[in-house]
Amino acid sequence: MCRLFAITSETPVSPILALGALDVMREGHDGSGVGLFLRDLGGPFDDMKDAPILSGIFTKDGIKRLDSYMMNLGFMTKYKISFKLPKTTPEGVPRRDVYLIRAYEYPEEWEGRSFEELGRELMSIRLQLREMGQAQQDMIVFSFWPDVIMVKEIGDPLTVGKYLNLDREDLTARVIMAQGRQNTNYAINLYACHPFFLQGLSTMTNGENTAFVPIKEFLMSRGFPGYMGFQSDSEVFTHILHYTLASLGFGIEAYKHIITPLQGADLEDHPNAPLLKQLKQSCRRMIIDGPNCVIGSLPDHSLFMVQDRKKLRPGVVGGRPGQYAFSSEICGLDAVIPDRDKRNDFQPMHLDTAIVGPDRQEIRICRQTDPLPRQH
Amino acid sequence: MPSNRPITPSTLSIKDLPWQIHWNKDKCTLCGSCTAVCPVNAIELGVFRKRTVETALGIEGSASSVFKVYHGIRQRTDAAYACVGCAMCTQVCPNDAIMPYRSDEAPKLPYHINQGGQPRRRGGRRNVPGGILDQIKFLRISMLTDPALDAGRHEFEVRTLLGRVLPPEESLKHFNENGWVPPVREIYPLIIGSMSFGALSPPMWEGLQMGVAYLNEELKMPVRMCTGEGGCPPRLLRSRFLQYVILQIASGYFGWDEIIHAIPEMKVDPCAIEIKYGQGAKPGDGGLLMWNKVNQLIAAIRGVPVGVSLPSPPTHQTQYSIEESVAKMIQSMSMAWGFRVPVYPKISATSTALAVLNNLTRNGFAAGLAIDGEDGGTGAAYDVSMNSMGHPIASNIRDCYLNLAALGKQNEIPLFAGGGAGKTGNLAANAAALIMLGASGVQIGKYIMQAAAGCLGSETDRCNICNVGLCPKGITSQDPRLYRRLNPEDVAQRVVDVYLSFDTELKKIIAPLGRSTSLPIGMSDALGINDFNAAERLKIQYVI
Ligand code: SF4
Ligand code: SF4
Repeated sequence: MCRLFAITSETPVSPILALGALDVMREGHDGSGVGLFLRDLGGPFDDMKDAPILSGIFTKDGIKRLDSYMMNLGFMTKYKISFKLPKTTPEGVPRRDVYLIRAYEYPEEWEGRSFEELGRELMSIRLQLREMGQAQQDMIVFSFWPDVIMVKEIGDPLTVGKYLNLDREDLTARVIMAQGRQNTNYAINLYACHPFFLQGLSTMTNGENTAFVPIKEFLMSRGFPGYMGFQSDSEVFTHILHYTLASLGFGIEAYKHIITPLQGADLEDHPNAPLLKQLKQSCRRMIIDGPNCVIGSLPDHSLFMVQDRKKLRPGVVGGRPGQYAFSSEICGLDAVIPDRDKRNDFQPMHLDTAIVGPDRQEIRICRQTDPLPRQH
Repeated sequence: MPSNRPITPSTLSIKDLPWQIHWNKDKCTLCGSCTAVCPVNAIELGVFRKRTVETALGIEGSASSVFKVYHGIRQRTDAAYACVGCAMCTQVCPNDAIMPYRSDEAPKLPYHINQGGQPRRRGGRRNVPGGILDQIKFLRISMLTDPALDAGRHEFEVRTLLGRVLPPEESLKHFNENGWVPPVREIYPLIIGSMSFGALSPPMWEGLQMGVAYLNEELKMPVRMCTGEGGCPPRLLRSRFLQYVILQIASGYFGWDEIIHAIPEMKVDPCAIEIKYGQGAKPGDGGLLMWNKVNQLIAAIRGVPVGVSLPSPPTHQTQYSIEESVAKMIQSMSMAWGFRVPVYPKISATSTALAVLNNLTRNGFAAGLAIDGEDGGTGAAYDVSMNSMGHPIASNIRDCYLNLAALGKQNEIPLFAGGGAGKTGNLAANAAALIMLGASGVQIGKYIMQAAAGCLGSETDRCNICNVGLCPKGITSQDPRLYRRLNPEDVAQRVVDVYLSFDTELKKIIAPLGRSTSLPIGMSDALGINDFNAAERLKIQYVI
């Protein structure tokens, strides 16, 4: 089992805060790895919202190859965060040459391209780098997207955070997701570490996805290059979210109708029954069947949490206007937002999608039995 | 055998027969029940002569020979009357005095069941026991990280789809534009496969229908049954129960005159139309209802004269090219019901199944594909077709599924697997294995005859005389003296028993795999087998 923590805050906070929350929930993960996703960045990145940021881990040779590759494409470095690592690495954390967080300036000839076009290009560059890196074992690339930073490493979350000195002032964000891993894959591959990222969407999951293989086969046959990797059975939650929003054009309210469709009378009585029935049939291969709690971040800066149909995983949302947190356990929430009205804490059940929107004023509960918003 | 009689090449002794009748003189009361019940007249009243030597007790007097006559049961040895091992004689004997035993020697009978140049024909199944399905295990047991589910208490949705499912984007587009969306039925994944009215006796057919109706209406299990090629009784065509029925059309078109004429009077649409192009038991050969079974009722429903053999041609006579014919038939059948009823072909498993499938993927009206493996059963066929023709179902289904997955159409064209599920009684395990190999559902025939009506047949050539209308259980006979042995209500009850227990067993398989809300179609990571080559071929795990 893993532990999840996410926060959305009006004022930028340090990722170390989220790692602290994971540390409180230490009993639920084994310190075998940590993943961080930062969006709506503060500090120096606040002024460069449109600049794509590359996050990853590189060897010295990898950096050289990266530089020449990006230069060829016409990308110029705009800003970067340099990590000064202590001489000794903590136990269980591998020694790396470079942890990279680098904002780029788009090539000049890209000017005037639509956001969709840019999105496609950024993804294909990320996939290309990933492939190059896998061939020579010299680059690991997590994300390449405006206003998004990702950090992943093997080891205990808080130890890694301190080792990388993540409480530095120039690394803050208004939306942060963090996952502490319970290793189930033995050989730890950083590409199997949550959160997963695809074209501005990111999710992380607690639990096992028992329908992984048929879902993977379905996604792989969609002909979309971003549905790849599959190092972790949880990665498909990001892909399905992407498919729901990008290919089917729905909002987040429809996500649960894809992964955990209604059954029986609930479906028959739903105001959108004809649509949902058809959706359930055509998207049948994306139905998840595991015990899963999914937390995700959307491009509009909302955070959401959904549970599987059986609600077998813990998960709670709480906070106060201006700051809300999503946590596997209440103790994680208590550690970060102790002064909230706990009566308003909400634990999403099998029909709920809990959303905190970009205004961060309230927890919006979307029940699966509610009518779907009109599609545009 | 008297010494002065010639022995013909086909003169057999009891030892040469596959089944030998052991009869116990001490227990027999000569009631005649066994000889009366024997479907093939394999036994008859015998008069035996016996000599006893009696020695004198005293010094005087001499020993003498006494000849006595006694009566008993004699087994006949001509090929035409060879015992089929059905053991009905055992069942009716009040004193347990008689029982068939399998010969301990390779029987010589098979070399002689072609008198007059007529090769052996029979009903039943392939005479080859066992199969790969029983070797498949379910390995991916959910343990600590994803606790196994509770088969008894969690909510389960054990349902499958029959019909062409549009890809999500297209489906939405059609929805938003009010376009035509192909009909899709949500049904139970275990289907009673095509056994015709004619092949089956009236009480058997009625019993199955009643069981299916009860499962649907009282237990809310959407179980479906296919008619086979024999038409459908007129009252059923005009009743609400038609929605639980898949109507089959095959190359003989038997009964379709009646069906077409009933369309305007139908209260509900049938579940689906199955176009039979082939059958697992006798691939590439047409249906066969022998004259013995074509009585007045059957003749009326099929629209044929009484007492003639009804062989269907191996192919649909209307076809010029198969692609065209399949497309046209699917389309015209769809049109007959206003495009509200799914229409799909059924073929026998074959190494050319992929070609058929590729064709179907391009035909927007094709609602699925049913594939019947070599272990499928039949009411009548040539022995050689049954034993040696056809393709095993497991690899055929797997190939088709993986082919669909490569095309991205694995959710669009459901595959239904038949032939061999439950061959040795492990119905739920076999069906689950087929589903995880890629089948959307499983068709059964022989299993339901065995479990719901007590069919005696086996893969080691027991009984299997379904073709000649002498079924000792009244399952495949059209003779009222035989079929009155079967009570339709009892059959219906057994159908319900079978489905309820199957449902529990299926849940006992999928719950530990962590699955409950959707049928684990293609969940091949759960499967393993202890045969390396089979594992490679099926692309599942090899385990020892
Ligand atoms: S076993 Fe069947 S076929 Fe054989 S003698 Fe008995 S009743 Fe007749
Ligand atoms: S019992 Fe009837 S149905 Fe079963 S094999 Fe014998 S003849 Fe066929």
